[in-house]
Amino acid sequence: MSVTREAIETRFHPASAPDYLPIPLLQHLQLERLRAMVQRAYEKVEFTRKQMQAGGMTPEDVRGLDDIARLPFTIKTDLRDNYPFGLFASPMQEVVRLHASSGTTGKPIVVAYTQGDVDVWTNSMVRTLAACGLSKGDIVQNAYGYGLFTGGLGLHYGAEGIGATVIPISGGNTDRQIMVMKDFGTTAIVCTPSYFVHLIERAGEMGVDMCELPLRVGVFGAEPWSESMRQHIESRTLLKAYDIYGLSEITGPGVASECACQHGLHIFEDHFYPEIVNPQTGESLPEGEEGELVLTTLSKRAMPILRYRTRDITAFLPGACPCGRTLRRMRRITRRSDDMFIIRGINVFPSQVETALLAVEGTLPHYLIILTRDKGLDQMEVQVEVTPEVFSDKIGALEGLQARLVHALDQVLGIRVEVRLVEPHSIARSEGKAKRVLDRRQA
Amino acid sequence: MKIHQLSLFLENKPGRLVEPCRLLSVAGINIRTLSVADTQQFGILRLIVSDWQRAAAILKEAGRVVNVTEVLAVEVPDRPGGLAFVLEQFENSGINIEYMYAFTFGREDKAVLIFRFDKPDEAIGLLQAAGINVVDSVKVYGG
Repeated sequence: MSVTREAIETRFHPASAPDYLPIPLLQHLQLERLRAMVQRAYEKVEFTRKQMQAGGMTPEDVRGLDDIARLPFTIKTDLRDNYPFGLFASPMQEVVRLHASSGTTGKPIVVAYTQGDVDVWTNSMVRTLAACGLSKGDIVQNAYGYGLFTGGLGLHYGAEGIGATVIPISGGNTDRQIMVMKDFGTTAIVCTPSYFVHLIERAGEMGVDMCELPLRVGVFGAEPWSESMRQHIESRTLLKAYDIYGLSEITGPGVASECACQHGLHIFEDHFYPEIVNPQTGESLPEGEEGELVLTTLSKRAMPILRYRTRDITAFLPGACPCGRTLRRMRRITRRSDDMFIIRGINVFPSQVETALLAVEGTLPHYLIILTRDKGLDQMEVQVEVTPEVFSDKIGALEGLQARLVHALDQVLGIRVEVRLVEPHSIARSEGKAKRVLDRRQA
Repeated sequence: MKIHQLSLFLENKPGRLVEPCRLLSVAGINIRTLSVADTQQFGILRLIVSDWQRAAAILKEAGRVVNVTEVLAVEVPDRPGGLAFVLEQFENSGINIEYMYAFTFGREDKAVLIFRFDKPDEAIGLLQAAGINVVDSVKVYGG
């Protein structure tokens, strides 16, 4: 097994030790934790007990790791239906923190943490940041939103835990972000990738050259983003852009992270057990096949979750990672099963549109897909902002750009869609997760 | 010999033109002349202003995409045949006019033509050889 120079240069943090467990030991630990968790959830959470009983299962039926496939799934609506505290396995006296997801439709989802849960979470965030090459001495600008959203506090505790200096600036106020980045000597930025693209763009307008700043690492998560987006970011700055993964239902950020190899995300599977299933049938898929990621919390006390359907589409990557971690890797997530929309019978993911747009020289990944229906026929328009790189004083040049974008989309999607060039900043910038699709079709 | 023209991207929607003009107005920058090239969806606003560097900085800071292009300003007599005489110089020259627009600036007998040529240096030589006055920046931006 070869180890890259970069992997060696990344200083080893003691919290990362479980990343390198021999696989039999890891599996032994997983099974032990799984059995204890199922036993406890069965006893303490009525919803879980009833679900297991309906499937004719008792905690004693979990004898090996493979038995996890016999446990019931948990889906998002289960969390909503048990709002606010129905899935808690610990009394409120032991709960030290509550978070909630943004409830875009109806009630939000509430999640709870005991002190032990917060410690595990912080620990997995330390492991995440260590895998992204951060250490004591880094100055981390945390532009994730602080509050009910798990991103802000998750990154905050992790960055403090690794011994870095944290700037808890939270999201928004872009001009101040850039001033702070420059004046405080930020070496690592953490935020959503779409917000960072906006920061790059705004810095340019303010006359700040990001390549002259000490910024060297970007830790980006909370939304799917493409490999082309990474290239876009890395070609305009000197930083290495890492993808991290997590979700509030399981813990928040810190479920999985890229390492120096930037090829797949290691899942911290000693705490979060991953499976890949067929999203239609729910059947477990063989290693390497693409499907929906399902996660089970192995050590969570306040709110244990069995087999959570994440809606995120990925696959396990085969083979060992050159970084030496034994944790399984999943391919980075560029799409969610609920992101997909169907246009004239063709399945489309926003990330495909992103890849097509970024294939055309000089375009920015600020785009919006607008779906409408005209006389029963679905129409798709992609709005793309004009950038200084592509703008010309000649109409012909802009019409040429439009034609190249239409062609690039046709190549990827197999359908001709309309491209509309729009003014810079006319597509709303998100300080958190970017909104890519506006569906105006009437049901 | 060349003068600086600013170009701005505009969506073809009501109210889009006023915003950049207002920014320049607040900054006390005078628009000497302008032209708008448009398609159904978008347009390009081309501006000759009194202080192009400051105007470009103000528009960029406001988040606009601004392109600075060198164009030629040619002074012609403001009477029938004034433009035709200039254009005739380029017949069979292999020089292409990418776009042009015209304005007068207070002198009754003169008009100014703004040209974007594909080969601006060759165009200058041709114009000067024909005794046509290629106006320098000071005169066009002035006042």
